[in-house]
Formats: sequence, C-alpha cells, structure tokens
Amino acid sequence: MKLIFEKSIPERPGFQVPRSDVGKKVKIDKKYTRSESASLPEVSELDCVRHFTQLSQRNYSVDTHFYPLGSCTMKYNPRFTENIANIRGFACLHPLLAQLPNGDHLTQGALQILYETEQSLCEITGMDNYTMQPLAGAHGELTGVMMMAAYHKSKGNKKKYIIIPDSAHGTNPASAAIAGYTTISIPSNAEGVMDIDKLKEKLTGDAAGLMLTNPNTHGIFNNQISEIAELVHAVDGLMYYDGANLNAILGRCRPGDMGFDIVHLNLHKTFATPHGGGGPGAGPVGVKKELSPFLPISRVGKKGDGSYYLNYDYPQSIGYIAAFYGNFSIIVRAYAYIMLLGQQGLQEVGDHAVLNANYIKERLKKYFKLKYDRTCMHEVVFSAAPEAQKGVHAIDIAKYLIDKGFHPPTVYFPLTVKEAIMIEPTETESKQAIDGFIEAMIEAHDLIKKKPEVFKEFPQSTPISRPDEVKAARELNANYFNKKL
Amino acid sequence: MNPYIANTKQDVKAMLDCLGITSIDDLFTDIKPQQQPRSFDLPKGKSEFEVVEEFYHLAAKNATVLTLFVGGGFYDHYVPAAVNSLISRGEFFTAYTPYQPECAQGTLQALYEFQSVICALTGMEIANASLYDGGSALYEAAMMALRITKKNRIIMDGGVSPIYRKILRTYTDNLDIEFVETPVVHGQSDREQINKLLNEKTAAVILQNPNFFGAIDDHADIVAQAHQKGALVIESVYPISLGLLKTPGEMDVDIVIGEGQSLGLPLNFGGPYLGFMATKEKYVRKMPGRIVGATVDGEGRRCFVNTLQAREQHIRREKATSNICTNVSLCAIQALMFLSVLGKEGLKQFAQLNLDKAEFARQELEKIDGVEVKRSSPTFNEFVVCLPRDANAVIAAMIDKGFAAGFPLSRYYKGMDNYMIVAVTEKRTKDEIMRFTECLKEILNTDDRRC
Amino acid sequence: MEVLDSYLYTHEHEWIHVEDNVATVGISDYAQNALGDITFTELPEVGGEFEQFEQLASIESVKAATDVYCPMSGKVIEVNSEVVDDPELINRDCYEKGWLIKLEIAAPDEKSKLMKAVEYTNYCENLS
Repeated sequence: MKLIFEKSIPERPGFQVPRSDVGKKVKIDKKYTRSESASLPEVSELDCVRHFTQLSQRNYSVDTHFYPLGSCTMKYNPRFTENIANIRGFACLHPLLAQLPNGDHLTQGALQILYETEQSLCEITGMDNYTMQPLAGAHGELTGVMMMAAYHKSKGNKKKYIIIPDSAHGTNPASAAIAGYTTISIPSNAEGVMDIDKLKEKLTGDAAGLMLTNPNTHGIFNNQISEIAELVHAVDGLMYYDGANLNAILGRCRPGDMGFDIVHLNLHKTFATPHGGGGPGAGPVGVKKELSPFLPISRVGKKGDGSYYLNYDYPQSIGYIAAFYGNFSIIVRAYAYIMLLGQQGLQEVGDHAVLNANYIKERLKKYFKLKYDRTCMHEVVFSAAPEAQKGVHAIDIAKYLIDKGFHPPTVYFPLTVKEAIMIEPTETESKQAIDGFIEAMIEAHDLIKKKPEVFKEFPQSTPISRPDEVKAARELNANYFNKKL
Repeated sequence: MNPYIANTKQDVKAMLDCLGITSIDDLFTDIKPQQQPRSFDLPKGKSEFEVVEEFYHLAAKNATVLTLFVGGGFYDHYVPAAVNSLISRGEFFTAYTPYQPECAQGTLQALYEFQSVICALTGMEIANASLYDGGSALYEAAMMALRITKKNRIIMDGGVSPIYRKILRTYTDNLDIEFVETPVVHGQSDREQINKLLNEKTAAVILQNPNFFGAIDDHADIVAQAHQKGALVIESVYPISLGLLKTPGEMDVDIVIGEGQSLGLPLNFGGPYLGFMATKEKYVRKMPGRIVGATVDGEGRRCFVNTLQAREQHIRREKATSNICTNVSLCAIQALMFLSVLGKEGLKQFAQLNLDKAEFARQELEKIDGVEVKRSSPTFNEFVVCLPRDANAVIAAMIDKGFAAGFPLSRYYKGMDNYMIVAVTEKRTKDEIMRFTECLKEILNTDDRRC
Repeated sequence: MEVLDSYLYTHEHEWIHVEDNVATVGISDYAQNALGDITFTELPEVGGEFEQFEQLASIESVKAATDVYCPMSGKVIEVNSEVVDDPELINRDCYEKGWLIKLEIAAPDEKSKLMKAVEYTNYCENLS
C-alpha cells in the first residue's frame, strides 16, 4: 500500500485554515524561520480518510479478531468508556487550570475522579494509597523502585540489589537498573514458581526488595507468597507486586493481603482501557502506608467540606515523575469500568478469565506439550519444542493462526519455556469463540503431523507475507525522506 | 452482574464438565484461606446509562467554559473532525503492539509515516515511534546524551519548562549527574554563561524553542560551541511552531524532543499526551523507544516491522537503553492524522494564524495603562505580560469574568509575582481577545483591594 | 558446531588466539549460531585498555543482543572494520574473517582462566 507521501500532489488543497480576523500577517526575522516548508503530505480530506481507513483494515484488533495474546489481557474495551472520556468537561480541560489561583475549584470533577479511583484501587488491591501519575506499567515500575530507594535512604539502609524471578517481565530488571540497583535472578522450580530455597540462598541484608508477578508469567499462582514476604521483610526488603496479571485474581486475593508493599497496575489490562496499538496505557502505583510519604507529588486530598484539592506538601516525596496527574482520560475510562461492574462484576472478571484459560489448557493438552500440567490462572503456557523438532516452530504456528482469523498468542515468552506459546483468552470471549480457536490449534497439530513443511508459507491471507527482518535491521530505513525504497 | 462476560450458565457448566470440576472455586484452591481478601468492599454495579449520567455530572464540575489563554507547553488547538473520526476506528485503538507484523501493517505503516513527519517537521534524520510525553522524552534524551558522550555534566537553560526540569531532577536523583542551570537574559538563552560552563565533562546542553516564556531563538551558535567541547545539544520544541520556525536540524541540534499534544490531541487534563524524539542517524542505536523500519516481504512487497529491537527491555532486560515497554502509538497516529489533514500549506497557515492572533493580543494588551508586554525577543503564540499588581489576584478576578487569562510565573519563578504568560492560539477570535483586554482593563482600573 | 583447536575460549563464548604478546579475539561458532543473523557490531576504539572479562564490544542480531567480554587484559591495537560494515561476516566466518579486535595482551598467565578446545566443546554440549 502506498504511503501517504506517495499520494501527495503538489498544491492539492487540504484542510481549510480560516482567514485571519485580526488583520495583517506578522513577519518573523528570517534568522528565526525555516528555509523551506516541512514536507507534509498534500492530500484532500477524502484522500486522508481513505488512507487511514484502509490502513486500519490492515490490522487485527480485539474489535475484529480473537486476540489471546498472553500477558497482555486483550479484553473487550467497552464503548461507553470512550463516550465518557470524550465529554468536553474532561477532554477540553487544561491541566494547568488546576494550578491557577483557586485552581482546585476549577477542576473539582477531575480531582474527584482521581480521588475516587485511588480509593477504589486501594480497596481492590488492599493497599493504603495510590499515585495515579505513572503513564504506563513500566513507568509505574520505575516509580515504585524509586520509592523503594527513597524508603531505604530514609532509614539509612544500604541496599544493593533487587531480586527478580527468571520468569519476570523484561521491564522489571530494566526498571531496577535505571533506579540504580543491580538485580539477582532466581530460577523457577518444577512447579513453575520461584524456587524458595534458591531465594533463601541469595537473600541477604543487601536486598532492597523483591519484584514479583503473582500469578506469574507461567500463569501459576505462587501459594508460598506469604512465606516469601516474611523472608524478604525479615531483611527489611520490600515486596513489589507487578500487577500485570491482576486480572486473574480480582476479588479472590489482594496483593496487599499477600504481603506486598508496592503495587503497580496496568489499567489497560485489568481495567479494560484500550491498548491503542501499543499505548497509551496507565500504570498507577499503590503502597502501604509506611511508603506513602514517598509517593510522587502532587496528590489529591479531600477536605472536611467534601471538596478536593491538590496537595504538594509531602517533604519526603520522591518528587515529580510526570508533568501532571497521570493519563487522565485513561483513568476516567478505568473508573467508569469499575463503577459499572461494581463489587460483583469485578469478582466475576477473574473467575471467568481463569475458567476460560483452564478450559483451553484442558482441551489442548492432549495435542501440545504443557510446560506445567496443573491448574493455571488467567493464562496457560504451552511449549512447541516437540513440534520444533519437526521443523515447525512456535512462530510458524502463530502465523498459521493468523490465516485462521486469530491473532496469535504470545510466542517465545516467558523465556523460561522453550518455544513458548502463551495463551490468555480473558473473560470477555465466549465459549464459542474459544472453541473456534481450540479447533484451529488442533488443526495446526494435525497439519504438523502431515505436512510440516507448509508452515513456512503462512500467513497467506494477510496483505503481506513474512517480512525480512534482517534487512530491516541491516539496512535501516525509518524515515521516508531520508531513504526511499 | 458483569455484562461483558459472554459465558452462559450452560457454557460454564460445559467447561466445568470438561475440567472435571463442579465449581469455579475449584480453580482457585492454590489461594489459601489466609490469602483471601480481608475486604473487597466496593459499591454495587450500575447500569451503563447511570454511569454515563454520573460522569456528565462530574464533567460539569470542571470549568471548561473558561476562554483559555493558558498554554505553558499545552495548547488549546482546533482538531479537524476527520482526525477524531479516524482515530476512533477500533482497528487502531483495540489493537496492541505490532508483534505480528503481517496482521499489524496498519499500525506499523502509520508509525513509519509518523516517524517521517516528525523528521520533516524537525529537520532531523531519524525519529522513534514516540515516548510517553514531552517530560519523559526530555529525561530519555538526557540519558541518551550521557550514554553517547560517557560524560556527566548537563547544562540546563532556564528557558526549559520548569515542569520538565522538576521531572528530570526526580529521575536523576540516584545517578551521578552534575546539573547546572543558566538564567534567561532578555528572554533568550544566556550564551555567555553557557560558554563558560561548557567543559570537557559536559554531556549535553538542554535548550527549548520557543522557551517557557514564549521567546524564539536561533540556537545554531550554542550548538557550534557545544560541539567544539564534545557536548551534545538537546532541544525541546513546540511542533506547531515548526510550521514557521527554523528547525533544530538547521541548527545542527543532536537530539530533538517535544510534547506532541498540540498535534491534534485533546488537553485531557494532562494526558495521554505524546512524547516524540528525533536524532541524527549515527546515534540511532543509543535512542530509546520503538522504531519502525521499512523492509520487504517474501514476495518483495514493501512492508514495515519493529526494528533494532535488540536495544529494548524485552531482549536486553537490565542492559536496555530504557525501561520503556510501550510507546503511545495511538497518540502518534492521531498526530500523523492531524498533520496529514492539515498538510504542508495548512500547517504553515495554522502556525501563521497563531502568530498573528498572538501579536494582535499583544498589541491590544500593550494599550492598557500599566501593562507591559516584554518585547526584548520575538515570540510565537505565547508571551510574558507584566502587570501593575500581583498576577495571581488578577488571574483570579479574570476567572470570575470567564477567562483563564494566563499562567502566573510566580508558581515556578521567584520574584516574578506580577508576571503571567499568555497563550493565544488560532481558536481565539478577535472578539474574545477584545473582551479579554476589556475585562483586564476593567479589573486593573477598579480599586477593589482583592486585586 | 565448529571449535578450533589452537584457540582458547571463555564461558561467554568468546575465542582468543594468542601469538606471542598479540592476540585476536572473536566470538565462537556456538555464539554466532545462537544469535542468528547478526545485524550490528559495535567495537571499541584502538588504544582502549580492558581488564580480563570486562565488556569489550556488543553484537546485535534481529532478536538478540549480546555483550562481548575481553578474554584477557590488554590494549586494543586493531579493530576489524569489515565486521562493522558487514556484520554477517561473523555468521559466515567467525574464526577467520569475522574476528573482532586484536589485543596487546598484558598478562599472559590469565590464559589459565580460559578453556581449551576440548573443555569448551564439553561445556557447550552441556548447555541445554
């Protein structure tokens, strides 16, 4: 498909910018102006609408396809939250209004939403306070680790490293490193959870804390978690909960009750805000009250008269981690979702997410190798290692599924499972949709037996076949104007 | 009841039968009784229309009726209807990171086009597929400069947004970095100070154009000086202004970052916004964030993939160039749509209209007795106004008249009690500007002690 | 998997070939195979001094990245600009044309911390 630049015709009129109602055109000294206009496309509005509509049709999405991408919680994004986010009173609200004199009064609705979302998340996760500011999950992690550092500094603790299980998301070690800590990796045991004996070996007073996802990326709930928390707390380490997989345990278990001190959530996973083709997300961070003084500023407070205000008066705060109050319109969507579902609706989320995943596990385990054959939580990890011996790799099965009308599961993650295929159906898919996926997987299994060689040809139904990624990296072309194909 | 769960009772029963269990509870036996929630006390669920009503009610408590003359790096620009319509397509907003390029060419090609328009706007060679926002982009740029130069001094121009400077301080608190800040003289960067502070240890000079006070500048001389000392220059830019202004590329700047909210994104009370970053090709491997590259498929057809992924956290883990996982794809695509709808001439005219309206407002404000508009350097669509009394009081009084008149500089700068910055975008009509100046005149003429 | 007898190896899959006080360094066949199509090589500057097992260079493929560690302490006296221009050379010929740097070695007795070919072959076979 052509690029928008290739559809450009010199002097074709596009959007009509209104004529000035204030008279003469101001000239800036040439010293300060660009020598030629930016080479933006010259297309009509219709050209533009067609271009982007056609581009959109080259995507698989939750709206168009089952999207069982493990670890990403690709659930349905309810439309009413879009309507709400677009209400003028939110969409057109300038963030600096809150910082004008009496600014709190100009933004009461927004501050109330931030405050009440914080209260809801506290109850859902069993934490004492939240910052809504982090702009994504990884940003939340970084914020959480910086608070960990601030906590240890305030106590005069000299800490050196953070403990991370080998099944962790890649962002965990990256965040720790940026906050100035080294990391120590702990392997998984035969049950698929962190090996507690190995933890005991590595755990010393130098440990700032432990970062853990529970259930982990194998989709397995670690029921030794309370014991682990005790061990870590005994050396004055902090327990950090990566909330990426919270969807599985909503209403069944809370990180705060498991002994975690810091939690980050991904609103775009558990709380149904859209993934946007890779962002924007939101990654609020919750803490137990011992850590509350270190939360970033500003924080939203509630006065005796029921009004809300921005409070900057936290001398121990780690400071400013974002320009404003978080990805507000994402927070609005998440809060609307929480409000609609209520207590019971939220509890049902985890129940059905887990039921759906176990159903897939049960039906497919006859056909594909299960790394851990036991009850899983919201996702299940298979290994295509046996198929790989026949020359069909996880990636080939993924490409086959595309042709069958499914977005593939996550492949090659977690790194602890060879040829991993990680499936997360979420609670919003129907049994019928899931059955369709299961059947496609079984057909793949049969085809691997009969004709393994054809797998290299998939996908065939998409606008392009497999791209040459080596060429993309060796002959970098990331700017149309710099290098033309 | 959760209306988004599709399973019927029969479906549930069939699945439980398949699993050989009788209740969903049987799937949660790993969670021990003492690990069960001590409380889960949330309100009852509501119907969709009850929730929508409640949010309309909440939205009404926000003063979006005020006529906006507040900017500070975040602007009230018009968004063409086509942009909102196109970005609402579920194929864009309900997709995820394009891990499987064959079924994500829509997102990938759009991001490639986004990178290209950012390069066209800034005059740089290569851009990434976006970062969280302008503030995090500045932090990432600073870290990138430290990686490239392996030095640790950073010179920060006083004209760089104080909001961003605070963020940068938070992130670098645990790291070995020496920050030095230089003041603004006559609205522009202090060349003399910067030259004095530039030494062999300097990793980067951070500048902003137009700066926080709205002044525009040509930083080519500072860039040349910095390069002589082996330091890089990072510049934060306001993309709408680049419809007219000299590009960072023309000034030989090394890393350009900016807040892309002005490119068709709603103000949204602070986010989501759009950080962008562009640099010279020789620095690409030190650049954080996703990059989409062009290549060919098996049949030789052009297509697009995430490339140079080896820099990223999911591969390099603790050695990654950044801990960033996502970009803000949807916001980047929205900005691309905005720039495509506006087009080459459109953006220029759009920028010119901002300039003209701001100049008109400046002239009208200057006519008021006791009001001084700083003219020591040219500006784009925002400028500093010196009032005869405390700006906070004046702004408060203007709010009562229906105007968000400007942002008080005293919030971030000591001793600037009587100053505010006023932003005038293309959306402000002549009538609004005239009423704004009338009201201000009235307020300044009253003896009301409140002001 | 090819292992050359006259070379010494590290646990991180670098090889070093020592002739008098000058040594040539590269990555092993096992390493290039594990990385897959190599797309980028970053080498140190001539004159740089490195301790044994200090990070020396980095190599990227489409889906992986690895740091190369200096097998022995010394000063870099030459770098292979051909592998910078054509990184695939490492895939094609990792032991000869795909060498990375030449080193003036500082401490010949550090050899004792390295593996000989047989030992390295066993080591690789025991990796899963």
